[in-house]
Amino acid sequence: MTPPAPGSGSAAGARPGRSAVETADAVRAGRLTAAAVLEEHLAAIEARESELHAFNLVLADRARAEAAAVDESVAAGRDPGRLAGVTVALKDNLCTRGVETTCSSRILEGWKPPYDATVVTRLRQEGAVVVGKTNLDEFAMGSSTENSAFGPTRNPHDPTRVPGGSSGGSAAAVAAGFAGLALGSDTGGSIRQPAALCGVVGLKPTYGLVSRYGLIAFASSLDQIGPFAGTVADAALLLEVIAGHDAMDSTSLDAPAPSLLEGLDGGVEGLRIGVVSELMDGVEPAAAAAVEAAAHALSAAGAKVDRVSVPAAVYGLSAYYLIAPAEASSNLARYDGVRYGLRSEGPGGSADVAAMFAATRAAGFGDEVKRRIMLGTYALSAGYYDAYYGQAQRVRTLIIRDFDAAYRSFDILLSPTTPGPAFELDAKTSDPMAMYLSDVCTIPTNLAGHPAVTVPWWPEGSGLPLGIQVLAPALGEAVMLRAAAALEAAAP
Amino acid sequence: MTADTPGWETVVGLEVHCELRTATKLFCGCPNRFGQEPNTQICPVCTGQPGSLPVLNRMAVEMAMRIGLALHCRIEPSIFHRKNYFYPDMPKDYQVSQYDQPINIDGWLELPSGGRIGIERAHLEEDTGKITHVGGAGRIHDASHSLIDYNRAGVPLVEIVSRPDIRSAAQARDYVAELRSILVATGASDGKMEEGSLRVDANVSVRPRGSTEFGTRAEIKNVNSLRSLVRAIEYEAARQIGVLSDGGRVTLETRHWDEAGGRTTSGRTKEQSEDYRYFPEPDLVPVAPDAAWLGRVEAAMPVLPAARRSRLAQATGAPGEDIAVLVETGLDELVLAAVAAGADARTAVNRATNEVAGALETGTPPPPATFARLVKMETEGALTATQAKTVLADMLRDGGEPEELARQRGFEALASDALADAVSAVIEANPAEWERFKAGEAKVAGFFVGQVMKATRGNADGGAVTAELRRRAGI
Amino acid sequence: MSPESRPSISRDDVAHVAHLARLTLTPEEIERFTGQLAAVLGHAEDVAALDLAGVEPTAHPLPLMNVLREDEVRPCLDRDEVLAQAPAAEEGRFRVPRILGEAP
Repeated sequence: MTPPAPGSGSAAGARPGRSAVETADAVRAGRLTAAAVLEEHLAAIEARESELHAFNLVLADRARAEAAAVDESVAAGRDPGRLAGVTVALKDNLCTRGVETTCSSRILEGWKPPYDATVVTRLRQEGAVVVGKTNLDEFAMGSSTENSAFGPTRNPHDPTRVPGGSSGGSAAAVAAGFAGLALGSDTGGSIRQPAALCGVVGLKPTYGLVSRYGLIAFASSLDQIGPFAGTVADAALLLEVIAGHDAMDSTSLDAPAPSLLEGLDGGVEGLRIGVVSELMDGVEPAAAAAVEAAAHALSAAGAKVDRVSVPAAVYGLSAYYLIAPAEASSNLARYDGVRYGLRSEGPGGSADVAAMFAATRAAGFGDEVKRRIMLGTYALSAGYYDAYYGQAQRVRTLIIRDFDAAYRSFDILLSPTTPGPAFELDAKTSDPMAMYLSDVCTIPTNLAGHPAVTVPWWPEGSGLPLGIQVLAPALGEAVMLRAAAALEAAAP
Repeated sequence: MTADTPGWETVVGLEVHCELRTATKLFCGCPNRFGQEPNTQICPVCTGQPGSLPVLNRMAVEMAMRIGLALHCRIEPSIFHRKNYFYPDMPKDYQVSQYDQPINIDGWLELPSGGRIGIERAHLEEDTGKITHVGGAGRIHDASHSLIDYNRAGVPLVEIVSRPDIRSAAQARDYVAELRSILVATGASDGKMEEGSLRVDANVSVRPRGSTEFGTRAEIKNVNSLRSLVRAIEYEAARQIGVLSDGGRVTLETRHWDEAGGRTTSGRTKEQSEDYRYFPEPDLVPVAPDAAWLGRVEAAMPVLPAARRSRLAQATGAPGEDIAVLVETGLDELVLAAVAAGADARTAVNRATNEVAGALETGTPPPPATFARLVKMETEGALTATQAKTVLADMLRDGGEPEELARQRGFEALASDALADAVSAVIEANPAEWERFKAGEAKVAGFFVGQVMKATRGNADGGAVTAELRRRAGI
Repeated sequence: MSPESRPSISRDDVAHVAHLARLTLTPEEIERFTGQLAAVLGHAEDVAALDLAGVEPTAHPLPLMNVLREDEVRPCLDRDEVLAQAPAAEEGRFRVPRILGEAP
């Protein structure tokens, strides 16, 4: 049983009413060609990409060749794999050999990586067709995709509004039917927040479940790659494909990829579900109401729902904005104009290499990236390390403890994904702190390393979606997705 | 003013960077090979390509553990940090190194002359790339631009930090020489200072003799040989004594050893030093060798130079310098085997120290049993010392059995009867000289030995002839 | 977040940090970033003010240990492919303007 595609109240409209699971089944069975699937998506791109700007690069020709290879494989009686003929959009911070990978930054404009990310290799092995590289906030730093050096992405449900971020291009691409599935990266909510704002499913896996090899790092101890999909089942399918141990990533869990699709429709009978009080405070009433409605629906489906406190979660945002910039300040040091990407000699030409470094980085990074590099450099610098970075690492310990305590009484937790629906472009660009608050509900799971998924929830009478966030303990993806599927079925 | 100016004491601590002899780099599978075409031993990881991640080389950790064991360190659970600074030879603009939780801490090294130098730590880190300055005769400041080769970037290093226990340039040299033999013995290093696989920085300070406080130190870089190390420390200590004697103050700074100029020149002062913003490397996880792993590494440890020296000294009673040479050249096993096979210890040591050690560059040492037979032929009088050396030279050059080589050369040491006959004949032919010898004119012995040699075509042993003459003269 | 609770990050601090991070900033940028960083650090004061003595820091969400690879050679990259991405290359090497400062 595949749940029906959501988004009935959507203005997006162009998304084919076929899930990725259905597409792959049909292509593998020879009932549908990968080429035909791709042309539907390319037509959708043709129709709305100029308006939405979900992509930094559309790979139509390559994608046609890949689709043809899938169809040939089927014709020859071979199985192209679990994602046969399914189109996938890749966030433009995932390395693709010989294909421009920019992080939506001037400093990497035109860069062609000499290798493929592990997730890209796994997609190809399963017959996926890569349609393009999607826009993001520069180096994944942002919550609206307005920090892209190549211009913002717009929300398919209301193009005057942002799609969220930083994986706004991937969220918009799935919502607008540009691709059947997409991959993003989530450091503090960069998959879940835009998925919620675009009305699609977005999942951040347990830290270490998906290899980070080939994901251009923002904050290494927080970054995880995860799926965007139209349905919970599609997200589960994509996660099954990309998950699993990778010897190229020391932080990859040495465990086989979990089996997720099986048992997805098991329901929530008897499941203990806690609504996180701290994440309900301070969100817009509509967002809180949506969670209450979702909790009610799960309760009606047989779950035991109650309130739960995760006290240290309130410190998540502060801790995050010390840890993530600190790691980023180091991760982004390598963009110095020597080995790849932009080099700027500065006015009058650089007399020496140090001047070249500073001129290159000044010219190549946008404001938000500079801000975070400076914040992180400050947090790590002599005299401040203990007060800021060290202290934030201790808060991380508290957050993990408090979640562990909550999971002793509950199987999964529930919260809003975002404080409210998509906001208008430019609404928060001048106030970094206001923008940072967009991630207040998603950040604690990154600090804990736990998984979380957002399921679209369309409030009655609203043209904009919200997301319900389902949180689970480490490696709790199966039960988390089971609850998400139940929510999806119950969603208005 | 010199370093051994009375009233002043030199204090030295050494930081030795040792490139490990692994097959691959520290965090990636690129070959760890010296002297290849530029930028041909590189991959996404060691060139810092965006998105690449490090994975730690097990053998590098084991070699670090061997070094730690050899230096009597405690082997501890350790983590890696990032040391953040910008420099074009560093692909990520941070170096992955161990900071406050290194793998080896608190050990010591025993000098061949006796005495222990404390080891503070011996930690793992990655090497940088190699910069070539173009124009300006290769000097950094006059160059028009520079070129970078990342073949060396990511090669595993162990940095061995001594305590400031060293009190002279000569002792610093002995420390590095001994450390070098230990590193070579463990298989962790090839010990080649000239290729940069061992690099030494010296922290030098001086203080009034009797003082227990340390003076302000200077860190001397670019010391590429044992000879330079001695010269640099002597120069720097004398310079500091000069500064202090004139009422000045020593600056905490980095100084460069200028080999051609024979002096150290001022580099960066510590006030200008970078703020490295160390933090735990999030792309790596802790390394904590458990008892089983440690046990395996320990069991595979070779006998180290200090133990080999005392073993050889015990077996041969040879002087310290000979013992040191034999252990350093690895010929101690040969001597021990020869002695065990019944050869005279002193003769075995002499032949190994002089003939075999001297020919190591060009020849191959004989198998211990064969060497033992040669030494026995000499001690039993079947070959004279000169003949034994000749046969040994043949063996070193071409291999072969000593008995056969001696036969080919026509060497047949005289039996004592034949020797006595030859001596009698020469005495009879030279009665005047014989009278002088008997009267105590010792130098006439040389004349008789020469005559006997001539008569026997060199087959007589000089020592044996002299002894026979003295016996007959009753002296 | 009251102004007086904010740590005093000064323009000099920002200029120093920009130097450490190798970012050339204009005086206007320094001014703007000083205010913005002060706001974020002000928000972080709740964390900085917590008494967390005795709480171990978490550098990593996973309890992994001893992740090692065998000492086996893997294929290298093609030099031309790598150098093709470099802003400047010469004689098989990466070319940079002259280096004035020494390595730390």
